[in-house]
Amino acid sequence: MSKKATKIKDEQMNRLRRSRLYIPGNNPAMVQNAVVYGADSLIFDLEDSISLDEKDSARHLVRNALLTLDFEGCEVTVRINSLDTEYFIKDLEAIVPTKPDGLLLPKTESFEELIRIDDLISEIEEKNDIPIGTVKLMPIIESAKGVLQIEKIAEAPRVVALGLGGEDLVADIGAKRTKFGRELDYISSKIILACAANKIQAIDTVFTDINDLEGLHKATLRAIEIGFQGKSVIHPSQIEQVHRAFSPSQEEIDRAKRIIKAYKDAKKKGLGVVSVDGRMIDLPVVKLSERILKRAAASYQNT
Amino acid sequence: MKFVKNKVGRSIPEELFGKKLIPFTGKGKGPYKERKYAPKIRKTSPGDSKVLTSIQEAIKKGGLADGGTISFHHHFRNGDYLLNMVCHEIAKMGLKDIRLVPSSIQPINDELLTYLEKGIITHINCGTSGKIADAISRGKMKGLLTIRSHGGRARSIENGDVEIDIAFIASPTSDEYGNINGVHGKYACGSLGYAMPDAQFANYVVAVTNTLVPFPNNPISISQDHVDSVVLLKKPIGNPAGIVTTSLRVTRDPKNLKIARDCIEVIKASGLLKEGLSFQSGAGGTALAATQFLSQYMKAKGIKGSFGMGGATEALVRMLEDGLFDAILDVQSFDIYAVRSLLNNPKHIEMGASQYANPLSSGCAVNLLDTVILGCTEIDTKFNVNTSTESDGRIMHGMGGHQDTSEGAKLTIIAAPLQRGRIPIVVDDVVSVNSPGENIDVFVTERGIAVNPESQYFDILTKTKSLNTKSIEDLKAEAEKLIGGKPQKPKTTDRIVGIIEYRDGSVLDVIYQVEK
Repeated sequence: MSKKATKIKDEQMNRLRRSRLYIPGNNPAMVQNAVVYGADSLIFDLEDSISLDEKDSARHLVRNALLTLDFEGCEVTVRINSLDTEYFIKDLEAIVPTKPDGLLLPKTESFEELIRIDDLISEIEEKNDIPIGTVKLMPIIESAKGVLQIEKIAEAPRVVALGLGGEDLVADIGAKRTKFGRELDYISSKIILACAANKIQAIDTVFTDINDLEGLHKATLRAIEIGFQGKSVIHPSQIEQVHRAFSPSQEEIDRAKRIIKAYKDAKKKGLGVVSVDGRMIDLPVVKLSERILKRAAASYQNT
Repeated sequence: MKFVKNKVGRSIPEELFGKKLIPFTGKGKGPYKERKYAPKIRKTSPGDSKVLTSIQEAIKKGGLADGGTISFHHHFRNGDYLLNMVCHEIAKMGLKDIRLVPSSIQPINDELLTYLEKGIITHINCGTSGKIADAISRGKMKGLLTIRSHGGRARSIENGDVEIDIAFIASPTSDEYGNINGVHGKYACGSLGYAMPDAQFANYVVAVTNTLVPFPNNPISISQDHVDSVVLLKKPIGNPAGIVTTSLRVTRDPKNLKIARDCIEVIKASGLLKEGLSFQSGAGGTALAATQFLSQYMKAKGIKGSFGMGGATEALVRMLEDGLFDAILDVQSFDIYAVRSLLNNPKHIEMGASQYANPLSSGCAVNLLDTVILGCTEIDTKFNVNTSTESDGRIMHGMGGHQDTSEGAKLTIIAAPLQRGRIPIVVDDVVSVNSPGENIDVFVTERGIAVNPESQYFDILTKTKSLNTKSIEDLKAEAEKLIGGKPQKPKTTDRIVGIIEYRDGSVLDVIYQVEK
């Protein structure tokens, strides 16, 4: 990988995606107001929340929204219909030219389909004078088959984040859906591992009970503990709870600051090994500390 | 007609319907009269009975004649039957050219429309809504609509700008000597605050009730020494279901929830959210949400305020019950929870409209407010707020205590979405001015927070990183971009159908008849 490519990959890895908000692509008011709630990412949905007779109008609305509205630095993504549907290619042709930050790919099951999608997007990018590779991919794993292919999927071109579709997965494996998703522990860990190995982000599934904000907070804390970098949300009121969970404690912030300072000092002095609070510090720990400070800054915490 | 430009740039005629108008020159400029008005002396002697059985008798006893003035409170809200009942009686008696001075007109009063058209009612002094408001906008009333704030209404009655011939007071309970309260009986409405100036300054006062209780009624909100007749009716004076709602609805709209949350962030950033806070907000969905967020924050941080004021709502009462306030001052009770609290909780205090907001009194409660959250139909780049007219020029609402609390409070927050139904809320010039920009500190929308550069909180708020502050011009540009351009101005004729007074009695704005 070239130095430049590594840098871009680093930025994608570090991009804040604590919350990504699903917006039905056929609701003009919601599309227009999506930006105001403070989500890190927006997902305009053309897939599951859109009935078959609304597919065309939703695509049209989202395309025009992406061309006209100012999203104020928010990451803008679109969940298109899956490769095996008649809408897939229409979605791709309508949306890629608007240069969204990324596309969410539902029901991803193989590396090969991602290669095919990469080719198709490259063609559209080329035709529209968009630098190849601009539009990133965020596959969603929603089947047992997809889970078993996860290591390859995480390696595919353009992929910057992986998500999981909790409801579909649970149905597919025949488990029972529980409030805090114990049945998804193994799958979650597997996805997180594959993402970490490829320096991309793992994003947790949605919490469906929009009235239980405390439950959501708890579920997000759990997700953070096992290594998720973000959580998908289905209602604007969920954003605050997710961000609250992602806000590091003052103790974490202070420690992160100490680590970064020690690392910088050591670098200046040409020292290879550093320790903070009696523990050895190396690059991954420094990166993690940077991420903590970024989360703190995003919550206007005292950094 | 000669016109003078007032401080908010509106052209005010020197005279209208034979009355000289004083153009608004800025807050705190009155008084324009030296003495309070004194009503007629009436006398009830030992052995006299005050109890009557018909409204007509009371009208006759009060000596109402053509051109007379009658007043009402609107504590029965959209469940009020009395205002309509009295007007029907007046029409039957062949009286005409009557001036109505209720504290508000509600959609339930739509049936009075015919009396406007027939010249039986020729002037109305209050905020209006529904068909009556629409008809006035279209020029169907011969005289003038005068819109006043709650404090302005109390002031106009006390200084004699309005001389009430008969005040009709819908009374949930009364004893036969005219001691009234609003907390008992089937028609309990809570506070009787708006009726208090009427009772004190009208030339004749009539309590109308379905529920006569043994003397002495207790508690007493309006006392026997002000009340001349007690009309005991079998026919219901109100509809309990319309008087109080069982529960007001907190907004679920995420946009309004965000606005509500940001209102509290603004109060926090201002430095006012500390021990001893005094607070008022309304009964709208966003205001209720803001009250809840405030409550959660105060609980979490262990902050105890001094008093809450309203428009008492369940949300506010629960703050009192949770020990977050020492007292509630209640000029009107919005829901059944607040009514019960007023009855049972000694820390829940009933107050009259003058005590609440009359600027020309020896001290009104709004002066002691730290902060208030208010709404608007429009706001302009000078922060002038419109609450009475729609963007098409028609009259749609009154203004409640808007200009009272906005002048009185240290920090006045206007909360509204940037657009409603593709109509921008921020404009170059509002259709009509209800609260002058000098009263307004902050405008909170879902897309950003504009701080008035004249506000004492400008520096502290614009320097707070977590607040998404923008200039009001930027918000306006954003709104126009979202809807695809500037909306057209409403088309009006040159006939003035209404005036908007400032609370001190000067004139903020005039309202023109809309084109057909």
